[in-house]
Amino acid sequence: MAVVELKGVAKNYGGAHKNAKAANAVENFNLTTRDGEFIVLVGPSGCGKSTTMRMIAGLEANTDGEIRIDGRDVSQVAARDRDIAMVFQSYALYPHMTVYDNMAFALSLKKVPKPEIEQRVNDAASILDITHLLDRKPRALSGGQRQRVALGRAIVRDPQVFLMDEPLSNLDAMLRVDMRAEIIKLHRKLGVTTFYVTHDQTEAMTMGERIVVMRDGHIQQIDTPNALYHAPNNVFVAGFIGTPSMNFLKMTLGGDGKTLTGQTARMVASSERQSIEAHKGRDLMVGVRPEHLVLTTDEAAANLIKGEIDVVEPLGSVTMVQLEVDGHRITAQLEGDTSVRMGDAIMLTCDSARLHLFDAETEQALPRHEHRTETA
Amino acid sequence: MSNDAVANAGDTASHQGAKRHGPPVKRLMAPAVLFLMVWMIVPLAMTVYYAFENYNLMMPTMRGFAGLGNFEILLTDGTFWAALGHTLTLVMACLAITVSLGLVLALLFNKTFLGRGVARTLAISPFFVMPVVTGLLFKNMLLHPVYGIVSWAMRTLGFEPIDWFAHYPMFSVILMISWEWTPFALLILLTGLQSLPEDQIEAVRLDGASRLQEFRHIVIPHLGQVLYVVVMLESIFFLTSFAEIYATTSGGPGTATTNLPYYIYQNAFFQYDIGLSSAAAIAAVILANIFAFFLIRFVAGNLNAGGQR
Ligand SMILES: Nc1ncnc2c1ncn2[C@@H]1O[C@H](COP(=O)(O)OP(=O)(O)O)[C@@H](O)[C@H]1O
Ligand SMILES: [Mg+2]
Repeated sequence: MAVVELKGVAKNYGGAHKNAKAANAVENFNLTTRDGEFIVLVGPSGCGKSTTMRMIAGLEANTDGEIRIDGRDVSQVAARDRDIAMVFQSYALYPHMTVYDNMAFALSLKKVPKPEIEQRVNDAASILDITHLLDRKPRALSGGQRQRVALGRAIVRDPQVFLMDEPLSNLDAMLRVDMRAEIIKLHRKLGVTTFYVTHDQTEAMTMGERIVVMRDGHIQQIDTPNALYHAPNNVFVAGFIGTPSMNFLKMTLGGDGKTLTGQTARMVASSERQSIEAHKGRDLMVGVRPEHLVLTTDEAAANLIKGEIDVVEPLGSVTMVQLEVDGHRITAQLEGDTSVRMGDAIMLTCDSARLHLFDAETEQALPRHEHRTETA
Repeated sequence: MSNDAVANAGDTASHQGAKRHGPPVKRLMAPAVLFLMVWMIVPLAMTVYYAFENYNLMMPTMRGFAGLGNFEILLTDGTFWAALGHTLTLVMACLAITVSLGLVLALLFNKTFLGRGVARTLAISPFFVMPVVTGLLFKNMLLHPVYGIVSWAMRTLGFEPIDWFAHYPMFSVILMISWEWTPFALLILLTGLQSLPEDQIEAVRLDGASRLQEFRHIVIPHLGQVLYVVVMLESIFFLTSFAEIYATTSGGPGTATTNLPYYIYQNAFFQYDIGLSSAAAIAAVILANIFAFFLIRFVAGNLNAGGQR
């Protein structure tokens, strides 16, 4: 267990060839974990999540900044001396060793006495329910079983830090949900500081105590799942977190600092949560989540979006409809028993408190009054 | 052979319709099989037949069944036993040198460095030189006591040049054959190394392994199959080395570099004793099989041990 600190950490892969000046894969990464925290790194693929992990592990040298584990600067410490265990996306099991040997390997390198190794491997195996597989070679295991062995290999070591790089992305959907729960249970039990990488925001939201949202090597926001959902820092985070994605409409804020007008849509902004005075008369990105849009028949409603349905997706519990409004694609999540059909002209409304307001130019959220993380 | 049987042989038994339309596998393979039979079985059978015949081209009238006579002469011939010993020395020494040197070079070439492509091509090029040319190259350009580069270098450094093929014949032949075959080991081991997944190396590093432990526990077991192939193929080639010896020492001085193939050649084309050389050839086949058998046991045993640590 340990506190991991990253201060201004950066990685530039272009270093080897002087004239190939590549952009930084990771830039100015700042984060301090609590002891035993479960941190999730999330972002689209290529945003630098793996690079960050590999720098923590010591597989890749950081080109700037410092990495501390329990206060000790590890930038110059070799990977093998950092006492960090990593679960790879490809599992990276040793193919010529049995499951038992795979799990015992690190301990036997450390010259841990045989009986203790056996004890620890058996304990880990029974936690992960793989005791019956100990004599098999990795190639005789299914994907889910390999995943467990990879986890087992990490936990027998009882390391300072766990790193998991998209460990579930090779599993089928059902198994992924199971393993998700299992990893969380395991983390509760062991309490080891964990970094978990995923590109799947559902996985991030369900697992992370805190989530780091990244894009193009930059941290966009570090927050709890609730805060990310209710108070996204910018358009990217707002659109990335939550399924289906948040809807955005470009609208102009009137001189009264309240009325928002698009080509056909209209809204009334509330200044209760975000300060909007400074943006009078300017363009805003207005975000509203699909689950907060409801059908209305009141043409005089203060918040009104009108359009013609062009996609209907009945999912049973809810019905998703999509429409084109003022050049933006709008998705609404309606009650499951709503009877709508393609081509229907509908009107949607929402509560003004549900609107997220962003500066249209910088795409940053307008300043929030307080960092509330309510559970709505 | 009925049509039906032919069709069945080619049928994967997955569906009924294929029975009629299955490819006539046996008929299609027949020419290749026939060719192989003529190519291999016939010469082998002829060799076995001649091994039991009195058959010397110089004495064409003295043909006839010899029983074990040829083998008796063979087993009591000191040169035969010497040739057998030389063959084993040659194979073992060349295997040890080419495999270890090839492995070291493969590890080096697996790293990225400036000019790697050129260096790799150069390192592999000895393999593309014909054996006879290799022999001439070593005899006349490298190890020649007067004109050889090595002699020139030794003279420059103030040493007395050495007539390598005269004074250290076996060593020179081993050197030459190793020079020729190290690239082969390098090439195959390098492809083996390059197929080692990066993440396994990373995993073993995070598990706390040193470079040496990484090599022993991950790289060597991964190379197991490939090492096996290299050792098998090379021992076959080393057992049958001929051209290099023919072009340099001609088996001499004396019989110092006479290996089994050269012994057979001498008996067949200098003594014209087809019977005796056939018997020696049978002995060579038996030797190759014994060798292969022990080699397989040895390598397989080592691999398993490596896997279990
Ligand atoms: N070894 C490397 N050499 C050069 N560029 C790399 C290397 N590894 C990753 N990159 C680049 O760094 C960026 C971040 O990659 P990565 O950390 O793997 O992203 P993620 O894991 O979030 O998908 C990408 O643009 C990728 O192309
Ligand atoms: Mg990645």
